[in-house]
Amino acid sequence: MSDRRIGVYICHCGGNISDYVDVERVREAVQGEPCVVVAKTAMFTCSDATQQEMVQDIKEQNLDGLVVASCSPKLHLFTFRNVARRAGLNPYQYTQVNVREQCSWTHTDDKEGATIKAIRLIRAGIARTCLTEPLEPIIIDTVPQVLVVGGGIAGLRAAIGLADIGIAVFLVEKSPAVGGWINRLGKMYPHGKNGGQLIAKLVDEVKKRQNITLFTNAELVEKSGNIGNFNVKIRVSGQGNKKDNITANVGSIIIATGFETYQPKEGEFGYGIDGVINLPEFKELLDRCDGIPTRNGKEIKDIVYIYCVGSRQQPDLENPNLYCSRYCCNAAVHSSILAVEKDPKSHQYHLFKDMRTYGKYESLYGQSRETGSTYLRFGEDAPPAVEKCSDGKIKVSVKDLLTFGEEVEIKADVVVLVTGMVPRKNDELVDVLKLPVGRDRFFNEIHPKLRPVETVVDGVFICAACQGPKNSSESVASALSAVTQSASILKKGYVELEPLMASVNPELCHWCDVCVKTCPYSAIEKGEDQGKEVARINKTGCKGCGGCVPICPRDAIDLKGYTDAQIKSMIDGFLKETF
Amino acid sequence: MAGQTREGNTVQAGENRDFSPKILVFSTHNISDPGIDLAGSSHMHYSPTVVVTSMPCSSGIKPEWILYAVEKGFDGIFLATDGEECAYLPDCAERTSHIAQEAQELLTQKGYEPQRVRMSGICSVCAEPFTNHMKEFSELLKKLGPARKG
Repeated sequence: MSDRRIGVYICHCGGNISDYVDVERVREAVQGEPCVVVAKTAMFTCSDATQQEMVQDIKEQNLDGLVVASCSPKLHLFTFRNVARRAGLNPYQYTQVNVREQCSWTHTDDKEGATIKAIRLIRAGIARTCLTEPLEPIIIDTVPQVLVVGGGIAGLRAAIGLADIGIAVFLVEKSPAVGGWINRLGKMYPHGKNGGQLIAKLVDEVKKRQNITLFTNAELVEKSGNIGNFNVKIRVSGQGNKKDNITANVGSIIIATGFETYQPKEGEFGYGIDGVINLPEFKELLDRCDGIPTRNGKEIKDIVYIYCVGSRQQPDLENPNLYCSRYCCNAAVHSSILAVEKDPKSHQYHLFKDMRTYGKYESLYGQSRETGSTYLRFGEDAPPAVEKCSDGKIKVSVKDLLTFGEEVEIKADVVVLVTGMVPRKNDELVDVLKLPVGRDRFFNEIHPKLRPVETVVDGVFICAACQGPKNSSESVASALSAVTQSASILKKGYVELEPLMASVNPELCHWCDVCVKTCPYSAIEKGEDQGKEVARINKTGCKGCGGCVPICPRDAIDLKGYTDAQIKSMIDGFLKETF
Repeated sequence: MAGQTREGNTVQAGENRDFSPKILVFSTHNISDPGIDLAGSSHMHYSPTVVVTSMPCSSGIKPEWILYAVEKGFDGIFLATDGEECAYLPDCAERTSHIAQEAQELLTQKGYEPQRVRMSGICSVCAEPFTNHMKEFSELLKKLGPARKG
């Protein structure tokens, strides 16, 4: 049926596979498969010697397909693609079959079963390889410049980091001044560092670097091109209604647009009553007072903090914020310590659901207790009630779970709603960049642990609080991670794009535009084939997800590497019953 | 749904004591495949008649592949989806459940039980949930008996 010439290599993995799978029996079972010219086992297929042997076999036997049955593709897909490349075989005619993580290691109790399964898996791999076609990665020269969107602590630090490794930066800030939230803060934990001073220091560093260009009152309004070479348009608002458009070419884009503070609804824990304020307002009040904190000319003696406002909400609310905002327990506890510093005679009452002063912030919690803070715990079903009193004080009633449900009433001068972080409204930016947004409405990374600042839009990185609640040190760490990721692309001088993307069979396509509507990346457009209107895939826009494939009513779309024919032949391969 | 046919199938299960259902799992490169790998790295066990094939995103699975797999001899198909973690498509979970529903309709039309298609979000550290899913699904399929009768 096919005259392909395929080499199959089965790995012992030094016993990791061969202790639980009879690899020699597997080899015998697959060597007679159609198109298989070479079938060998090896102690370690990833060893230099075996890689060399594969290169030699590919050249001498004129192989046009390669299958290695070894570990997970996460470990060695690129190793063996490179073996193929070195031997002059197209890397996309290589298939990795996972017979370790998904076979030997998970069936250590059943050698017969594992051996049969390995045969099935490899047969499917061979069947898929028979239908591979040579594909060429798209090679793009990169521009050693980066656009950083957002001039808070993360964006500023990222700009400096990039500049110092020789990458020019365009730093774009929407508001009239850089610095973001941190710029408004006084004393911060640890060491009582002043937020405004931290930012001033960063701004000084930015000014020293000639390869950073800062635009304030500016927004990213257009993006075209792709990783390595984007064309971006920045709109700068000047005096009056004057607007200037600046265009630039950049190799990557780092998004550091930060967060908004949660805005309590009218009546939520008494919000709207004079004296009920949110956490940033309270911090500002403390930072502004030199001596005893006052509000409207009155000394603030009794302060109640209500935690988890706008975070960890109940699922039955409309669009609830289910996440923990992570920074607010620490920030509120820290603020209460500052309040006691300013007025040792003031009283601090913390009404919390769960206290999450993780890591070294635990010492803050300890310190607040030593300085007289009182902690009361309320249940999900009995939130504290906040009422205005005739004497100008605010009455807070709560059932304290730490004292077997004692009903406690506190008369407060100020009630601080410990508000969490919510995503900034960035609809225009999301639209310009086609950035994926998660259920929590923060930006989504590809993988929270392994690829934490990359997005599915190649060359667009996210960092800091725009991807989820983070404190300033966590934000800076992720900003520097985005710097590293940018540099790893731009320092090489070129990028290769995976050619595994959707393709339209123009003979079958009748241009109904269903696929166009289903693609969130606008990667499908109207094209022409022999005078007929057809869908066409934009090669640099397509992310290769395949979401359009099952949508097409005429089965006209295939995802390269996962075509209809390949999947069906793999199913046949899995089910062949001779062992 | 499984309850309705339980009685009839108990007899069948008795007839097929050694029947080990063949399950095809569609997983995804970035999210569920690492979770399934982790089950292996942790030496968790499920039936070796489960095989996994991985795709970029579960929204790219054609319902007809599921029918094809059942017609050719798989007893059950499990879609290990990205759930809400999908990096490509924010509505991936809805899309995949639509695909699963369509596949169930195709199976029903051809006389197969719709319970032969299952989906669940499997995250990159969901080793134990995946293993449990495989065990439960195998049990259900044992009760249903082989997809291809006779």
